[in-house]
Amino acid sequence: MKSSVITFPGSNCDRDIHVALTKFGFINRLVWHNDNELPKSDLVVLPGGFSYGDYLRCGSMASKSKIMKSLINFAKSGGMVMGICNGFQILVETGLVPGVLLRNKYLEFICKNVFIKIQNKENLYFKNLNKDIFEFHIAHNEGNYFCTRDQLNEIEDNNQIAAYYCNINGKTDEKYNPNGSLKNIAGVFNKEKNVLGMMPHPERMIDQSLSGDDGALFFKNLINNIK
Amino acid sequence: MLVNEKVAEEHGLKKDEYKKICELLKRIPNITELGIFSAMWNEHCSYKSSKIHLKKLPTKGERVIQGPGENAGVIDIDDGDAIVFKIESHNHPSFIEPYQGAATGVGGIMRDVFTMGARPIANLNSIHFGSPQHKKTKNLLRGVVHGIGGYGNCMGVPTIAGQTSFDSSYNGNILVNAMTLGLVKKNKIFFSKAAGLNKPVIYVGSKTGRDGIHGASMASASFDEKIEEKKPTVQVGDPFTEKLLLEACLELMSGDSIIAIQDMGAAGLTSSSIEMASKGNLGIEINLNEVPCRETKMTPYEIMLSESQERMLIVLENGKEELAKKIFDKWNLDFAVIGKTTNSKNIELFFEGNQVANIPINTLVENSPMYDRKWKKSKLPKKNKIQKDTFNELKILDVLKKLLSNQNVCSKEWIWQQYDHTVMGDTIQKPGGDSGVVRVHGTEKAIAASVDSSAVYCWAHPLTGGKQVVAESWRNLVSVGATPIAITNCLNFGSPENKENMGEFVECVEGIGEASKYLNFPVVSGNVSFYNQTKEIGIKPTPAIGGVGLIKNYKKMVTMDFKEVDNLVLSIGKTEGHIDQSLFARVILDEKNGPPPEINLFNEKNNGESLLNLIEKGLIKSAHDVSLGGIITAISKMCIKGNKGIEIRKKKNLMNNIEFFFSEDQGRYIIEIKQKDLKEVTNYLNKNSVHHEQLGVIIEKEMIIDKKTKVTIDELKSYYTNWLKNYMI
Repeated sequence: MKSSVITFPGSNCDRDIHVALTKFGFINRLVWHNDNELPKSDLVVLPGGFSYGDYLRCGSMASKSKIMKSLINFAKSGGMVMGICNGFQILVETGLVPGVLLRNKYLEFICKNVFIKIQNKENLYFKNLNKDIFEFHIAHNEGNYFCTRDQLNEIEDNNQIAAYYCNINGKTDEKYNPNGSLKNIAGVFNKEKNVLGMMPHPERMIDQSLSGDDGALFFKNLINNIK
Repeated sequence: MLVNEKVAEEHGLKKDEYKKICELLKRIPNITELGIFSAMWNEHCSYKSSKIHLKKLPTKGERVIQGPGENAGVIDIDDGDAIVFKIESHNHPSFIEPYQGAATGVGGIMRDVFTMGARPIANLNSIHFGSPQHKKTKNLLRGVVHGIGGYGNCMGVPTIAGQTSFDSSYNGNILVNAMTLGLVKKNKIFFSKAAGLNKPVIYVGSKTGRDGIHGASMASASFDEKIEEKKPTVQVGDPFTEKLLLEACLELMSGDSIIAIQDMGAAGLTSSSIEMASKGNLGIEINLNEVPCRETKMTPYEIMLSESQERMLIVLENGKEELAKKIFDKWNLDFAVIGKTTNSKNIELFFEGNQVANIPINTLVENSPMYDRKWKKSKLPKKNKIQKDTFNELKILDVLKKLLSNQNVCSKEWIWQQYDHTVMGDTIQKPGGDSGVVRVHGTEKAIAASVDSSAVYCWAHPLTGGKQVVAESWRNLVSVGATPIAITNCLNFGSPENKENMGEFVECVEGIGEASKYLNFPVVSGNVSFYNQTKEIGIKPTPAIGGVGLIKNYKKMVTMDFKEVDNLVLSIGKTEGHIDQSLFARVILDEKNGPPPEINLFNEKNNGESLLNLIEKGLIKSAHDVSLGGIITAISKMCIKGNKGIEIRKKKNLMNNIEFFFSEDQGRYIIEIKQKDLKEVTNYLNKNSVHHEQLGVIIEKEMIIDKKTKVTIDELKSYYTNWLKNYMI
């Protein structure tokens, strides 16, 4: 399976996701933001980091990078695109997924483990996972998901919410909301479910020696789904 | 502008220093030249008050590749890998402008490390604030934490450990010390020594602006009420540009184009160009019109003294300019050939076709002033006669709760949760343990690092305090199963012109030297920060020690959280009941006098090495060193982290319970072992003459002392975790 990770100036999780994808069997390529064409890929990942220093607005300048034209075409023709953290911020700036990501409610960067509950498994990202609640890691300053009431109705009706922040038992109270996200939303899909944006970093959880290994379950399942 | 004694004084140069400059030049310097002298001769760059004492520190060891004198120290970690590391202060700017001061401190130290060809793999910091009740403390703390996070997080380098303390002696002078570790191949280390004539001198990175002019001079003076006016001397950081600079430099370094490279840190273009030429015993010629400037009409004086961040100076091989330019273009960074190396042994500056400075480089470096300042020896304070019967009125749990929620003991999670500590995917021990640990990417090895200081002990008796900090750093590495290799030191003191402060410096350095020599734990890099002083009041002497150790197989790393019910808990090292200068004495008895606990280096080494061997044998399930707050505080933290309880069954001895639990004798650890291993462990410790004592057994969720005193771990946890969170609301 072929994957591509796009490196923008200021991306800093490009190596981490490259390591994770490679570890679980993808043949991955790092693609420079200034290239014209995406290489042939089964999955494209927009990594975390601070593309263009997050100046202006997180993800905004990266969303206008040269490679993005090719990426948007790829996504619109059904290609799998996953944006993690800054990658999610870039995706909302392109409009490929709905909503915006505001500054965290308590105005502070948060780096910690959280639990998320997978909401929709009818897609290639989460299909066949044998559990619903995962321990992932977050590290962001602008992960506070927001959208209009109409948009919310629409994404709920279309099953576009990918995951909610919750506790270890899957309770999605405000108490377990690390950043103030609307309805504890941690990730969303586009309407067709081939584009996924999420704040948590599965690539930081691929080994028991790290913060945990729920990320390993996610990637193993992902490559099997794509095969 | 005409230069005279008065102008020189405004540049922080003393009368006799100005006289010496005129003698060396055999003429009066012009204003640009005077600026260059003031930048090179200030305390921050010249180490003029500290040099003769620093020479006494042990700097060699079998794993030392590079000791002090380069951008950072380098140690060998086998298999062709090396670790580059250093700690540096950014105290003065952080007090004036906490966010930018702290941020550029982090940026500066990372540049020191990647200048040598190493990719930064971990950041640490040691930050010290005034009393929590002081009106500035909260904002300074928030600003500094945001600044450290803002820079390090954007760079994508995990912040893996640190230390925070509060003490009223920092009310007017906070301390912000930043440390970075980088990983490099032994045969790809870059140095700052220029070589060869007519080699192009290249400027890369950000443009030069008017920020930070005289930053190094500002850091070489005490504060007074007009300190706010110095805000323009604080640099402004741009971590995004630094991230690009890091990637571009490492890309260029993968080839063989670079002869020498030096970052523009304190005193910017001045010190970087002079250092490279001086080390290569060469001259250097710079055309200032070629320097990329952010603002118009900058004068030679401003260009030379600007401390704009994210800039590097490189001496390239001839003919490699195009190749190098391509790389910097790709990363959207400025690139300019601004000069060349010469055989004049002078620094010659040109501007608009005129020569605007011409100074023999040796006058700036070798002939810089060196002082043997007057200093006062301190006496070991007499032991306090503490009325021990007052102890009987104290309840252990009341004292413990007070100490766990004390600002210098309590959890600093509010701080480190704002630092990305997991990016790069190799952090295997997060902040909050004895050391932070990162794997050497793609190998079985891991590197442990910690940063420590004990200002109270140093203040009570600098010689003992100096030894103690090194020993504590050693213990923090040992506790996670790392073999200690070397240290970097950040020596934060008051004014060297005051003989008490100078005495504290001299004796702390002596203590550091003695301990690091005995423990074979050499000093490979560091930084001195004097003048941490507002008017006549200096800070408590605060040498911060950053220690680095190697774990050969990361799977053998140990953490401090209690693991399993029914396991046994032992202490290593002898408890003798030293109460003076302990947290207990200061917080509970309000007693500030007396000597700090004694350091027995033989025991330190023996206890530490024995514990390392037990860890190597796989017999240790958790370990933690005993420090502030004594045995019971250490045990409580292990319970809280592991969410386990303990039943403590103290042996009957002559010591009062309070002394036993809260004394701060040194060289001690708490360990957890399996019951079945008890014999093997105690036999081993006995054989090696290591004092040990059985303290209790791990149970569920409760601490029970001598069967009658009980408290839940949840309750202890709330005391431990809530103070800082509540304080910052």
